[in-house]
Amino acid sequence: MRLRLVKQNTNFDFFSRWKLWLGISGLMMVIAFASFMIQGLNFGIDFRGGTTIRTESAQPVDIGVYRQAIDTLGLGDISITEVFDPTFGPDQNVAMIRIQAQDGQEAVTPEVIRNVEAALKTVREDIRFVSVESVGPKVSGELIQTAVIAVVLAIGAVLVYIWLRFEWQFAVGAVLALVHDVILTIGVFSELQIRFDLAIIAALLTIVGYSLNDTVVVFDRVRENLRKYKKKPLNEVLNISINETLSRTFMTSVTTLLALIALFVLGGDVIRGFVFAMIWGVIVGTYSSIFVASAVLLYLGVKRDWSKPDANAGNQYANIDA
Amino acid sequence: MLQIDLWKRILILLTCVAGLWLAVPNLFYTSVERHNDAAQAIELGADTPENQAELALWPEWMPSGLVNLGLDLRGGAHLLAEVKVRDVYEARMQAYWPEIRDALRPERATIGTVRLQPSPADEVHIRISQPEGMSRALEVVRGLATPIPTLTGVGANDIEVRAEGDVIIVTLSDAEKLASDERTVQQSLEIIRRRIDEVGTREPTIQRQGADRILIQVPGIGSAAELKEIIGTTAQLTFNPVVSRGSDGDAVPGIGNIILPSIDEPGAFYTLEAAPVVTGEELVDAQPAFDQNGRPAVNFRFNTTGARKFGDYTAENIGSPFAIVLDSEVISAPTIQSHIPGGSGIITGQFTVEESTNLAVLLRAGALPAGLEFLEERTIGPELGQDSIDAGKVATIVAFAAVLVFMFLSYGLFGIFANVALIINIGLIFGLLSMIGGTLTLPGIAGIVLTVGMAVDANVLIFERIREELKTSKGPARAIELGYEKALSAILDANITTFITAVILFAMGSGPVRGFAITLGLGILTSVFTAIFVTRLLVVIWFERKRPKTIEV
Repeated sequence: MRLRLVKQNTNFDFFSRWKLWLGISGLMMVIAFASFMIQGLNFGIDFRGGTTIRTESAQPVDIGVYRQAIDTLGLGDISITEVFDPTFGPDQNVAMIRIQAQDGQEAVTPEVIRNVEAALKTVREDIRFVSVESVGPKVSGELIQTAVIAVVLAIGAVLVYIWLRFEWQFAVGAVLALVHDVILTIGVFSELQIRFDLAIIAALLTIVGYSLNDTVVVFDRVRENLRKYKKKPLNEVLNISINETLSRTFMTSVTTLLALIALFVLGGDVIRGFVFAMIWGVIVGTYSSIFVASAVLLYLGVKRDWSKPDANAGNQYANIDA
Repeated sequence: MLQIDLWKRILILLTCVAGLWLAVPNLFYTSVERHNDAAQAIELGADTPENQAELALWPEWMPSGLVNLGLDLRGGAHLLAEVKVRDVYEARMQAYWPEIRDALRPERATIGTVRLQPSPADEVHIRISQPEGMSRALEVVRGLATPIPTLTGVGANDIEVRAEGDVIIVTLSDAEKLASDERTVQQSLEIIRRRIDEVGTREPTIQRQGADRILIQVPGIGSAAELKEIIGTTAQLTFNPVVSRGSDGDAVPGIGNIILPSIDEPGAFYTLEAAPVVTGEELVDAQPAFDQNGRPAVNFRFNTTGARKFGDYTAENIGSPFAIVLDSEVISAPTIQSHIPGGSGIITGQFTVEESTNLAVLLRAGALPAGLEFLEERTIGPELGQDSIDAGKVATIVAFAAVLVFMFLSYGLFGIFANVALIINIGLIFGLLSMIGGTLTLPGIAGIVLTVGMAVDANVLIFERIREELKTSKGPARAIELGYEKALSAILDANITTFITAVILFAMGSGPVRGFAITLGLGILTSVFTAIFVTRLLVVIWFERKRPKTIEV
């Protein structure tokens, strides 16, 4: 007996309400974007400069006491958060302290860090500083720029590749799906105020890759079925293609999610935000390959005359009288 | 065709075996690491019994390449420094002034007297008292310029000379600035490398980034602050003539002079001639020592040109003081007692033994040509790295197990084929990483976990396709064949697009992100290989043996 996530021969109708789906996706993008504009992202020091200090102590973290100790130094905006994680031992009490970039200083000042460390030592004798990271404002500005360029480049490269392999309508559909995924991911990060750092950019690009993977598999089947069912209207062909690949779509999403959830729960707090982005991306990416990419394809229409011979089709001469 | 040529089978098998063979050392990470360290030490001449014992921890005939652990896993310090290349212009222009003065001196009849004027740091302004002689003066100063080789071959000089009224303005040419920046960064890179090597830590990464930045990563060092102490000091040593001594740091020094504080006597300031007699660049050796009173000091020796200049100067200026200046602070200002011909000397001051040792190291490694500005610094404690490794290990194993079980439940025997391929896949990733000396970072572990999830995708595509083909009842052999054939284009398109993003990540990213891109990219290559070749080989071998009439996928 096999485990079946999707029963055989499904025949869901995905496209009778395709305008509704596009509308919902559009609305979600607007909400995500609004959240981004209103709340903004909780940028980590990679992107806005400053210092983070990760402390560990056998005694419980008392944010008030920590703050009092550091406030006397007059370093401006300081945030202190306690970090919880199931992988921590019983006497591992971890806090993250973030200090904003100091005015008018490009380089990172060791004095500031030394002072903070000394101040904390006075309230918690056994405190240890397991990681200290500082980024100057000059670099952080460049990092944002590079990150944006990377995402745009990736999407652009994909656009070209799919255009070459398929038709331009496919490329537009795939890229809109990607933009959708990226915006929704950024939206979730701004809504939940999860720290957005350099690793999240890597996650974003992976989401781009994953979502694309999904979209391309569906499109590949659409291309094949367009040759197979020459007379069927486009929405039926799309529906058949998605139903045929549905089982695969779910299998892959579930295996990837299984792996990612294991990492989310057990991988420690350092990469939790990163993994969260990827989990979210897998879910959104799966959704978008059906309800955004394919719906856009339906909207744009597609050239039905696949006269280009294709070795895999096995029927390249059948087009003569079509 | 459900047939694979024998040579292909052997090739597939060999690739897997070779990949796994290269991955084996990583299972015995600490032993192999100690073996490698010992091998390196012995090569450098430390052939001790301890090292031999360490060497024996891992057999010589096994591969010993390891996956490097990134700083976030091993702990250590990371610095991104910007070289202040403009510093050099100033020193260059300062050094030009005596040369210009000497060249203009014989022309006094036509140009009158020559005076140095206040100017921006990277220019020299000289006023002549008879502006009529300007063209002659320009000619003489231009004669001092030296041509520099450029790629275009157009004759460019290192300095540009122009006149504004009765003032001659000398600046560095743009071509020379470019060349100078390049030299400065290269030199800084070299000196940082030497300093870190002197301290002797393992596997430091010292890389140039962009035009004027240097990335330094040193695993195992306690903190970035410690690292900065080693590489952050410029250690610019100069010997300058002393004009006067005073207690006012804001006094007007006079043109061509500078006022510097004393390092040991608070409140004391020396007015010095800005152009040094000799600089640390002309040192050939420096050793920690003790002076005649038994206090820590540093012995130094000049090279021949340095020795000559130093000898001449001391011979001419017996009785007057000169200052030993380190990074714009006067260490001491002794009076020249006698001619010092040998080119060696001693720097005394209020040093501790540690300071004198450090100073000797810095002087020996050479001065940084320009100051460094630290743009980014990260310290990761070793325990945090260890925690991350432990968590990553557990997560990877659980993720792996979950996927294996799930695949078996979904596809039965074919699931087992896919699982074997998946295990080989992970082995191949580690094998390749060890081979290219790749670095595993925390996001890199995430990349591997993601690969575990996505690697089965290609197999899923194939198996689902075989299921579909079985529905049209073509018989198992034909269904398997068609399954592979028709799934291929989807597999390739899907993986190429993901690979494109991995390449872009690698090109644009840095540090941990790059580590992630490497594992993701390698994971795509190996997973496509295992899906298309390895599982297929397994399926074909199984099919040949059993010849089943019906199959269930």
